[in-house]
Amino acid sequence: MKITELFARGEFVVSAEVGPPKGIHIDGLIEGAKEHLSGITAVNVTDNQSSVMRLGSLATCKALLDAGLTPIYQLTCRDRNRIALQSDLLSAAMFGIENILCLTGDHTRLGDHPGAKPVFDLDSVSLLHTVCQLESGVDLGGNPLVGEPPKFAKGAVVSPCSDSVDAQLAKMERKVLAGCEFFQTQAVFEPEKFIAFMERARQFGKPVQLGVIIPKGAAMCRYMNNNVAGVHVPDEMLNELAADKERAKAGITGVEIAARVIRECRPYCQGVHIMALGWESKVPALLEQAGIGAV
Amino acid sequence: MLITKLKSKEDIQSLLPEKVFVLQCRGCGEISFPEQEADELTRELLAADRVTGVLTTDYICSPENLSLRLERRRAMIDEADGVLVLSCGVGVQTVSALLDGKSVYAGCDTVRLPGFQGVTPLEVDCGQCGECYLNLTGGICPITACSKSLVNGQCGGARNGRCEVDPDMECGWERICRRLEAVGRLDALKCPTQIRNFAIDANTSH
Repeated sequence: MKITELFARGEFVVSAEVGPPKGIHIDGLIEGAKEHLSGITAVNVTDNQSSVMRLGSLATCKALLDAGLTPIYQLTCRDRNRIALQSDLLSAAMFGIENILCLTGDHTRLGDHPGAKPVFDLDSVSLLHTVCQLESGVDLGGNPLVGEPPKFAKGAVVSPCSDSVDAQLAKMERKVLAGCEFFQTQAVFEPEKFIAFMERARQFGKPVQLGVIIPKGAAMCRYMNNNVAGVHVPDEMLNELAADKERAKAGITGVEIAARVIRECRPYCQGVHIMALGWESKVPALLEQAGIGAV
Repeated sequence: MLITKLKSKEDIQSLLPEKVFVLQCRGCGEISFPEQEADELTRELLAADRVTGVLTTDYICSPENLSLRLERRRAMIDEADGVLVLSCGVGVQTVSALLDGKSVYAGCDTVRLPGFQGVTPLEVDCGQCGECYLNLTGGICPITACSKSLVNGQCGGARNGRCEVDPDMECGWERICRRLEAVGRLDALKCPTQIRNFAIDANTSH
């Protein structure tokens, strides 16, 4: 199922994210997804997230599909040139994967193989363009595909709380012009910034899913504030998490904070995307507290 | 502009045979050469009685000049088990091509520095991509000012306007957007999707 069909019907689309392991055993990931994420619309699979080498996104998407879930295949441009990216897109279509998320990707220098060659032959915008080209039955080199071309729901990301919001909006517009059909955002902890961003992003007419992280504690939030671009956890939330460490550790405070962010932002967005970072088990409680019923 | 730097002493020691002829290149306008370090290494090798001869000259990448100079030192070269060349990669390859049957050892690593020596400031660089983007980017190069050389806009990695890879570097696309706004050319950001042609990029096309 393409998630663009749900946006078109006006549904509030909920997705969550899973990260493949550094190894070949994914029983735990699949069982966890089935248990905690089967009630939501779709599951993103990250692509060597943070430039850390892991099991492949495509293979994990296929395993999720076989388990009855709807995967969103994340592709970054860091590790593959245009030939490999197009080839993997065809492979994904052959497996029946219908949703993709096109990203530029973190730089190799930030990951666990800092000496690796950063590819960036394409970027998020030219990758979206490439997908549209494949969908028209022609590859990026101008050569015709054999038979029915693939068809995807094409997504991309944007960072609404970035301190470079003008540059982010300019890039968002280029993604729309290149064929992007939906957006997922970087994690939001400042609803007022997100709302101001959406006032300006609304002109593009594309559905936007609010990015949400369930904060696990004050230390994690301080780490994000210092190291993760476009994410800022305000002091009040930090204090809330620090006030009762046991409550924060149990996820109670984090779920309350994330649910509050969702409730405040919900009137301004078309869905929510939850980056649970290992806390997939808390997703059902979060959706309940945020007032989003089983989809 | 290129800069040569000596490999570590451990690396050089592990490379070298017992007796060497040392060939040092000096005096090229394009390349900065580590003269003091090279002299120190040569002195140490001389003190250890491992050197059959030393030639310090310029433009060893010119085969005509170099072959004459090597010919005059043929006996010393023959006596050595190998030739240690302290120069850029072009110099080492030239020597190697001229000395059939003699092992040639590169004592330096060659790295690229921004700009062109004596003419351009180091803050500005041209990546020789073969398809200049400056008309679309307010005169700021996205190939060299962006760590990912992105040509379609900013990635999500900038923090406080700094690059995710090098916090000492301002985000190139932040600079580009600011510049385009200042000159009233924000419309340039709405240009068609740009796709690079690596067949004409000086760094990948050969």
